[in-house]
Amino acid sequence: MAYYLGLVQLIGIHTLLGLSAYILMLTGQLSLGQAGFFAIGAYSAGILTVIFQLPILPALFIGALIAAFFAFLVGFPALRVKGLMLVVATIAFSEFVRLFFFNLSWRVPRGDIVVGPDSTNGFREIRYFVANGWSAWEITAFVWVFVVLVMALLWWSDRSRTGSVLRAVGEDELAAQSVGVNLTAVKVAAMTAGGFIAGIGGGLYAHTATYVDHLTFTVLLATFAIAYPILGGLSSVFGTLVAVIFIQGVLVEGLRFLGDWRNIVFGLMIIAAMNLKPSGLFDAPTARILKRAIGLDERGKTGA
Amino acid sequence: MLELRGLSKHFGGVKALDGLDLTVDEGEIFGLIGPNGSGKSTTINVICGVYGQTAGTVRFRGELMDGQPPHRRLRAGIARTFQNIRLFPNLTVWQNLWVAQNSHQDIARQGFLPRWLGTTRQTRKEIAGLLELADLGHKGDDLAANLAFGEQRRLEFARAAAARPKLLLLDEPAAGMSRVEIDDLSRRIRRVRESGVTVLLVEHVMELVMGVTERIAVLNFGNRIAFGTPSEVQHNQAVQEAYLGSSSPEPRPAGRKS
Repeated sequence: MAYYLGLVQLIGIHTLLGLSAYILMLTGQLSLGQAGFFAIGAYSAGILTVIFQLPILPALFIGALIAAFFAFLVGFPALRVKGLMLVVATIAFSEFVRLFFFNLSWRVPRGDIVVGPDSTNGFREIRYFVANGWSAWEITAFVWVFVVLVMALLWWSDRSRTGSVLRAVGEDELAAQSVGVNLTAVKVAAMTAGGFIAGIGGGLYAHTATYVDHLTFTVLLATFAIAYPILGGLSSVFGTLVAVIFIQGVLVEGLRFLGDWRNIVFGLMIIAAMNLKPSGLFDAPTARILKRAIGLDERGKTGA
Repeated sequence: MLELRGLSKHFGGVKALDGLDLTVDEGEIFGLIGPNGSGKSTTINVICGVYGQTAGTVRFRGELMDGQPPHRRLRAGIARTFQNIRLFPNLTVWQNLWVAQNSHQDIARQGFLPRWLGTTRQTRKEIAGLLELADLGHKGDDLAANLAFGEQRRLEFARAAAARPKLLLLDEPAAGMSRVEIDDLSRRIRRVRESGVTVLLVEHVMELVMGVTERIAVLNFGNRIAFGTPSEVQHNQAVQEAYLGSSSPEPRPAGRKS
């Protein structure tokens, strides 16, 4: 059971990571910096509960704010580059963050042990949940409260004018500018929001795993972050969730029995998924079929 | 209203605009014509702030626009359409118009609320009016990408009007249109003007330009070669030469056709 709950927690956390890239992708920005913001959130929240002994909620919130602040700073130079150049620049940022934590050593005595990030040995004592006697169920529910909140917020904003403005920038920057959209404000705001979401995900990750080191936050993690919304499609936040379940649940965990063959099948299934559903696993037609199934689509009823 | 003085835009060695002077008065429909590559689209792009000029000034309602980014110029009252239609294809027609309402006072309050909750009656009325202007009343919920070519052109026109502009720059709005559609377009342009908008029309289709404009400037090689009412311009020697070649063409090299 613990194994499955752990998987459900991981899916929740990776959904947050994927959504942080999703909101950027709406504005047409492809960022491999999400692993960096995730790492900042993880280490910050961990340091706050372990060294400063804050409760989990303020620690997560402050950690996410710190990640958002760095995302805000990255947002400005990122305005000047697009496409592949932005990918390269954000990889550089992720690696910079990773190497910072690789070197960070901040050990302080708490009780009878010494705690804190210990450079190459990692940050081992993030035991807030254990120390406070949370059960696996409670931790899982806690993680998913954030996932549901963030998804609801993004789903809501997609129905607002803000959502249309974000998508307008992603579709055609020149046209968006010409109808009066302030590109700088929109792109930096999306980057900041993405940093905040990745920061929450990182903080949750650190506390569910109880241990982080720099190797957790490599470019591979950043690749996963953008793979989810790409595979899931940008038509809705549910696409990212479906893609995380598909990749983490079906491919990574479900194919474990294949041993070394797993990676080959993994690659093949990603290729198959992208060919069969080029506009995302959860694209507009899929959404319509689901809506019709539960009787929400009026157009389906009238047969138009 | 709009005043261009000594406006130049050079791309490397190419002088797309070379010292252009132009004044558009409030409330008129002003035509800007000229052969391909004469600098018409560049003029629009410089007025909107998509390109910075190499030299010269752009004044709008007495205010210097130099260095202002495009979104500020829009909020000052300059809206435009594009030569090759640039809609937001995966937004609905309604959303395309909603996004464009950036010069509105109450728009900030609507930012984070869904359409049914956040839009004021004023907004809904205005968008309904724009849909009617574009003859797209029944297609508000269609994706812009799914519209026919003519409908996309009309939507782009309405989207530019959605910003409540004081000056509307139309970059070849009649390209690819049938005669009926062109008549329709000139009615639409007049209607927008009657609501108090000044129009600068860049166009190749002479039927439209000659029918709808009050004054015309003719560009060639980035400079103004003629200026006046439609009929004056039509009979101008320099204009005829620019379009048709000079009356004593150089002899073609022998043995080669056109």
